[in-house]
Amino acid sequence: MINYISIHWISHYNYWAAIVIAMVGLYMIIGHNNLIKKVAGLNILQTAVFLMYISMGVITDGTAPIAAETFTIYSNPLPQVLMLTAIVVGVATTAMAFALIVRIKETCNTVDEDELLEREGHQNGNVEEW
Amino acid sequence: MVSQHFGILLVALPLLAAPVAALLPNGRSSWTLVMAVMTLCLPISLSILGDVIDGELIHYELGGWAPPWGIAYTIDGLNALMAVIICMIGTLVTIYGRYSVAADIPENKQALFYAAYLLCFLGLLGMCLTGDIFNVFVFLEISSLSTYALISMGHNHRALIASFQYLILGTIGAIFFLIGIGLAYAATGSLNMADLAIRLSGSEHTKTIHTAFGFIFVGMALKAAMFPLHQWLPRAYTYAPIIVSTFLAGTATKVAVYVIARSVFTVFTPEYSLKTLLNELLIVFGAIAVIHGATQAIRQTAVKPLLAWSSLSQVGYFMMGIGLLSATGLMATMIHMFNHALIKSALFMAAGIFLYQTGSLRIAALSGVGRHMPLTFTAVVIAGLSLIGVPGTVGFISKWYLVLAAVEQQAWWIVGVVVLGSIMAIIYVWKLVETLYFQPTTMPAAPYGTDHIERNPALIVPIWILATACIYLGLDTGMSVGAAKAAVNSLGLATP
Amino acid sequence: MSIADYVMWAMLIPLIGAVIISRSGHWPNVREAITLITATILIGVVYRIYRCFQFGESEELVLAEPIPGLTIVFSVEPLGMLFAVVASLLWLVTSIYAIGYMRGHNEKNQTRFFTTFAIAIAATMGIIFAGNLLTLFVFYELLTLSTYPLVVHSGNIKARRSGRVYLGILMGTSIALMLPAMIIIWSQTGTLDFTAKGIMAGRISPTWAMPLYLLFILGIGKAAIMPLHKWLPAAMVAPTPVSALLHAVAVVKAGVFSILKITIYIFGPDFIMSTGAGIWIIWLPTMTVLLASLIAMTRDNLKERLAYSTIGQLSYIVAGAVLANQMGLLGGSLHIAMHAFAKITLFFAAGAILVAAHKTQVSELNGLGRQMPLTFIFFAIGSASIIGLPPFGGMWSKWYLALGAVDAGQWAMLAVLMISSLLNIIYLLAIPARAFFPGPNGAADKRIREAPTTCLIGMLIPSLACIYLFFNPEPFYSLAQQATR
Repeated sequence: MINYISIHWISHYNYWAAIVIAMVGLYMIIGHNNLIKKVAGLNILQTAVFLMYISMGVITDGTAPIAAETFTIYSNPLPQVLMLTAIVVGVATTAMAFALIVRIKETCNTVDEDELLEREGHQNGNVEEW
Repeated sequence: MVSQHFGILLVALPLLAAPVAALLPNGRSSWTLVMAVMTLCLPISLSILGDVIDGELIHYELGGWAPPWGIAYTIDGLNALMAVIICMIGTLVTIYGRYSVAADIPENKQALFYAAYLLCFLGLLGMCLTGDIFNVFVFLEISSLSTYALISMGHNHRALIASFQYLILGTIGAIFFLIGIGLAYAATGSLNMADLAIRLSGSEHTKTIHTAFGFIFVGMALKAAMFPLHQWLPRAYTYAPIIVSTFLAGTATKVAVYVIARSVFTVFTPEYSLKTLLNELLIVFGAIAVIHGATQAIRQTAVKPLLAWSSLSQVGYFMMGIGLLSATGLMATMIHMFNHALIKSALFMAAGIFLYQTGSLRIAALSGVGRHMPLTFTAVVIAGLSLIGVPGTVGFISKWYLVLAAVEQQAWWIVGVVVLGSIMAIIYVWKLVETLYFQPTTMPAAPYGTDHIERNPALIVPIWILATACIYLGLDTGMSVGAAKAAVNSLGLATP
Repeated sequence: MSIADYVMWAMLIPLIGAVIISRSGHWPNVREAITLITATILIGVVYRIYRCFQFGESEELVLAEPIPGLTIVFSVEPLGMLFAVVASLLWLVTSIYAIGYMRGHNEKNQTRFFTTFAIAIAATMGIIFAGNLLTLFVFYELLTLSTYPLVVHSGNIKARRSGRVYLGILMGTSIALMLPAMIIIWSQTGTLDFTAKGIMAGRISPTWAMPLYLLFILGIGKAAIMPLHKWLPAAMVAPTPVSALLHAVAVVKAGVFSILKITIYIFGPDFIMSTGAGIWIIWLPTMTVLLASLIAMTRDNLKERLAYSTIGQLSYIVAGAVLANQMGLLGGSLHIAMHAFAKITLFFAAGAILVAAHKTQVSELNGLGRQMPLTFIFFAIGSASIIGLPPFGGMWSKWYLALGAVDAGQWAMLAVLMISSLLNIIYLLAIPARAFFPGPNGAADKRIREAPTTCLIGMLIPSLACIYLFFNPEPFYSLAQQATR
């Protein structure tokens, strides 16, 4: 029993960590009104995915995937490469989001979602103007 | 031979042109560059479609690396048709943009606008053409990021908020998709879609695979604005500049639907999907989307949200067609995607023309306008009838195949939903037509005089190409039905 | 030219006419001359088709193939020939009348009116010569759309509301009921061609017969079977020539014509008889006949009364189709022609009364017969023909319908036919009676004059036809017989 738990539950602790981190990220996106915190949540969510991918590629006792004659067991390089791409994408997304937030701050003078929506509510008479 | 490289050229050309477009000094020269790219891409996509319509497949290995390690493009009827849709709408929207961009976008941002537009265009094309599922994710993000930028160029701050909301939801969707890919990779060790299909069919259906399937589906459903994940779409389409709404309405959701179809039919075979709840989900949510979208469209008091909600209603049809998991159902979805791209782009273009002429898009403000803008109005009527599914138009062909697919499985309530959706479409289309033409107006006999916007060919030519296509392709369906058949055949399903 | 060319011209000529008419809005005389010339040429073309058809020519005209295996195709068969003769003749008559009416009434947007009128005729020709169900459906919808601007002609709120009802019911039922029925047949039999004896027998399970037939009877909203009849009274807001077009020439006739055609060439009378599909469905038209007559009696507005009369008369034709025996179908087919000539007379008279005397209510007509004797004589002739009195053409169709009911043992229907004829006398013949024998309080305004000459000519031709058709119901009788044999 203990053996079962240790193999199936504890040894997969990094996946559990990924799930926890993902939930933290999602909660931040949903629970916070501040647009910047939402972006932070998004980044945390992405980090969880990175962790998941990297864990997937690990091979017990393997080293980093560097071409060298002395090492024959090394981690799968593909997930790592994929995550490099994903990191780039994540950075771009964050930059885009911050750019939008700056513009929103400039025009509406707030970064709080409730306030923004409330303001729209005030002009509700012509929300459909378009 | 150049033609071997056609598949990659479609992606490479706009990718190379995008930074150049951003660096050009003014909007006019960027426009010329974009137009040049489009005029190259459209014939390329058509020639690809011509090659695969007989049932052949095109394989292209990037850099000569063989799959499953290298990235390969595999093109059959399904993605060739999608590429044609994107290139066609892209070209027409670009022509339209000659006026529209100049009117909507500040001069100093026009070059950047065109760069973002090219990126969005290539991202959507890439998603359709690639045969590597991680590559789909990359192109998805390319198109999404540029879409956020494009939407945020709308007139007022609501466009910014709509864009930000879409960014949050879209990124969550993309991350879900990425998780799904990761799990599928963990279970099979491959990222190539064809290879994945082979390995998945050989392996047991473990929880990992189920989870992967779920994540991929939910992630893409978000991008496809499938009910109940559609919240972002009406606002984004409403507040974006006209030209962006036109382009996205014709292409963006359809590409996401394509990825779902590809996952369901190629990667995880229909037999597998039958064991999951997927087909029920697609059909039930599709049906709700059809009715809900149409109900909301009827309630709208402005043209753009009306069209946006109508688009959501159409996404419901796509979903139901896939959910039927049959050859006819898939054909129905493909044909409808093609047809709806024509219809909805034409309608958004018309909305733009009314906006530029009258300065408003509230329906009440447009009463009687159609009488003074006969060309635009006639195009609206043709596209509207097509949206309803009146015979003799393209919309009828898609409705026909969808009902046929439902009848084949004796799913009478789906027939009922399709029919009900069409009847509700009559209501909201007629709301527009009646106001535009039959409502009395206080306008003088020739209110627009020499400023009459219908004299501008950049606006009228693309909308009329679409309107003519709505009728012509409703009578000569060789291209849409032919491509759908080729696609269905290449997936190993028997066509009716 | 072959028969297929003529069929194409039958559709093209009204369309070409429509284009020229729409361009000649500044010269009313030219515009109206074009209308008349187009209508005359169309009669010539239909006559040529009739001649070719009599010589046994048959050739299909394939325009397009939107769905693999399913084409937009035209061909000539006796029932369509019958309707083509009726529609082309009455278009000319209606045009003559419309010129007088529209001018006398100072209607606006006359160019739009004549243009859409011509387009509607082109769509009707498409329905008439449709070679399969898909083609029929295409032109059925086109007819709905092209008549919509005619219904909302005046553009006021009432007209627009009526337009919504009109479009909603006609398009709604066709998409909701007729389209699925069509697709079910296509998926089961793999064909939609109009074929003698039908395409259903042996290819489709008999249990399908009744639900499918019901889908068509209700789905063809133009036949105005209750409870889907509301659009017809609503469309009364349109100018009178439009009402004539709706009631006599094109729209409702296209509806019952479609039902007859589907009965004969898709289901096949034998299939309907052997499956008993009609046994319960016949109650729909039967009840409609009775209810429509009863409602008509309560209506004071002349056009509305005529509208309900039309609803009743259409159900005669539908009942004839549903009986599915030879006499019933013969009577139904004949009634298309007979009712058309009679009802168009009545509508023209109603329009003439409106133009000349500005009266719309039956109760206002007391004593008007002195001022407008011709109009009311024509009205009486039309009424008598509708009732089925000799010596008017309407007698023949009623006669065969009654025979059909007897053959089928549908005694209830026979009774309803008879009762309805009696009710017709009350609500139709009462009108000229009121006009000529006003009673104590009935002197009409002395300033009222007889209707414009073109209106009178418009009424004269169909009312003479009503009488002529009693003595010689050709070519309609032989065509109807060929269709139902």
